Amino acid sequence: MQPYTENEIMALCAGRLVRNGDILFAGTGLSMLAATVAKRIHAPEAVVFFETGGIDPSLEELPLAVGDSRVMTGASMNTGLAEALSFLGHPKLHVVAFLGAAQIDRYGNLNSTQLGSYENPVERFPGSGGACDAASLASGVIVFMRNEARRFVEKLDYFTSPGWLDGGDSRAKAGFRRGGPLAVVTNLGVMKFDGTTREMYLSEYYSFTAPGKVAEATGFDLDISRARPAEEPTDRELEVLRTQVDPQRLILGPLPEG
Amino acid sequence: MAGSKFMSTAEAVRTYIKDGDQISIGGFTVSRNPMSITREIIRQDKKDLYLVVHSQGQALELLIGAGCVRRIELAYGGVARFAPTGYRFKKAFKEKTIEVEDYTNYHMTLRFLAGAMGLPFIATTSGLATDVTRISGFPEESRGTGKVPAHKLKIIEDPFEGGDVVALPPLHPDVTILHTQYAGEDGTIRIEGLSFADIEQARAATHVLISCEEVVSTEEIRRDPSKNCLPPFLVDAIIPTPLGAHPTACYKFYDYDPAHLNLFREAAQDDDRFRRYLDEWVYPFETQEEYLEKNGEEDLLRIKADPVRGYAPGLDRR
Repeated sequence: MQPYTENEIMALCAGRLVRNGDILFAGTGLSMLAATVAKRIHAPEAVVFFETGGIDPSLEELPLAVGDSRVMTGASMNTGLAEALSFLGHPKLHVVAFLGAAQIDRYGNLNSTQLGSYENPVERFPGSGGACDAASLASGVIVFMRNEARRFVEKLDYFTSPGWLDGGDSRAKAGFRRGGPLAVVTNLGVMKFDGTTREMYLSEYYSFTAPGKVAEATGFDLDISRARPAEEPTDRELEVLRTQVDPQRLILGPLPEG
Repeated sequence: MAGSKFMSTAEAVRTYIKDGDQISIGGFTVSRNPMSITREIIRQDKKDLYLVVHSQGQALELLIGAGCVRRIELAYGGVARFAPTGYRFKKAFKEKTIEVEDYTNYHMTLRFLAGAMGLPFIATTSGLATDVTRISGFPEESRGTGKVPAHKLKIIEDPFEGGDVVALPPLHPDVTILHTQYAGEDGTIRIEGLSFADIEQARAATHVLISCEEVVSTEEIRRDPSKNCLPPFLVDAIIPTPLGAHPTACYKFYDYDPAHLNLFREAAQDDDRFRRYLDEWVYPFETQEEYLEKNGEEDLLRIKADPVRGYAPGLDRR
């Protein structure tokens, strides 16, 4: 087995969650790598689209922003926000959205707006953009997060994007017709959500860490009783990721040492 | 008659933008921001502007930094990788020198659409049960004054299916400013590539100011009308402005300018450095020609787009 980096295993683990035929709402960064690697390996009929309106572009060069002209080239259609965001909740489509955030709680609710109280903010992030819309309307959400206690918190400073709300059936009761977070892919492992309580648990951990270490890097009590080792990247997965998806390592960053 | 719409940036801004106006800005983060119009707004020292945007980057940063803005309704304030959260926006938010109301991209798009279509309000389930729909950032006393809606939004019962929905107020900006690829001599407007919410923003506004890369003959722009997006009667001012979105991108014409955006990022992090940026890059130039001369031909050639791909392949984007 080859050595691999955190970014590589994160892109691959997220990519494995994609089903053939899924319509993928992608941001930039790791989400684009996950979507592209899935398309090249096991989900050739998955389609990537961007909230700005780029539908199924060729992605010859990796976009640095969802408004980058690189999301327009070779696309099936170039539309706009109204059309693209309307696809999120379209009942005939199985739409999976990739999101990141500054904070997440045990039910997968996200903060991408600010730290501190609303009256006395101590830090400001860009805001929802389309994240709250995707979390509200899509069939499912895959979240990318750094596994740090200050990011996995008991209570969000600001609640930007809805996950499983207070757990159980609270999401449906609030009026959401579908969706909810499927998984959280971190630099240490993959979290999923209990089918009944909707509480986050550790599903997989990477070879370079251990369940106890993931729990330590999580700011709330994390159920690690169901954790198993993540499948190691195959040679083919790594080859596709490194030679076809991001050969310039714009997002992957440096190669592993050794 | 149509000819009277063609004017200089200075004349367009002087004629149509007043202190305190509600302004909607087209483009998206690093693409097609109407930058030449934005710089002129700063040169004319417009004050107390009320911005309504979805995901805005460079124009938002400049206007906030130059002290032109009193309040903003937005979904996202950032310049992509060059400033994931806009530095001037962040500072103004934390120090409360501007009033900020947070919505989502879908909310803002629907609000422009509702304004454009003359709908009394528009409803969605996006944002239910979150702080986006629970918390309001504008001061209570501002509610219902001027263009500030009486409520940020209202949670109402869906009259057909039951259950909660988010009812959003429509937007009717005083002015929408856009940068597009083409205008016809007759005033017809054409956007290539993603339209973002530009068309809805223009249709919702009382006045529409558009800078464009190229003016083409009426005959040419009407040869393929299905590519056009705004009729002349919705457009008040057309300002022919090559590279009018620089340093943001204009699909098929030029890429975003990483060197300039990196320079701006450094400037935006410090008050003195930002003032020097304005002194160097905004205040001195009466015309776009002077601004382009300052940038230099060599730098501008670097971002020239491949006409097929629409961006500059192999551009150093670090």
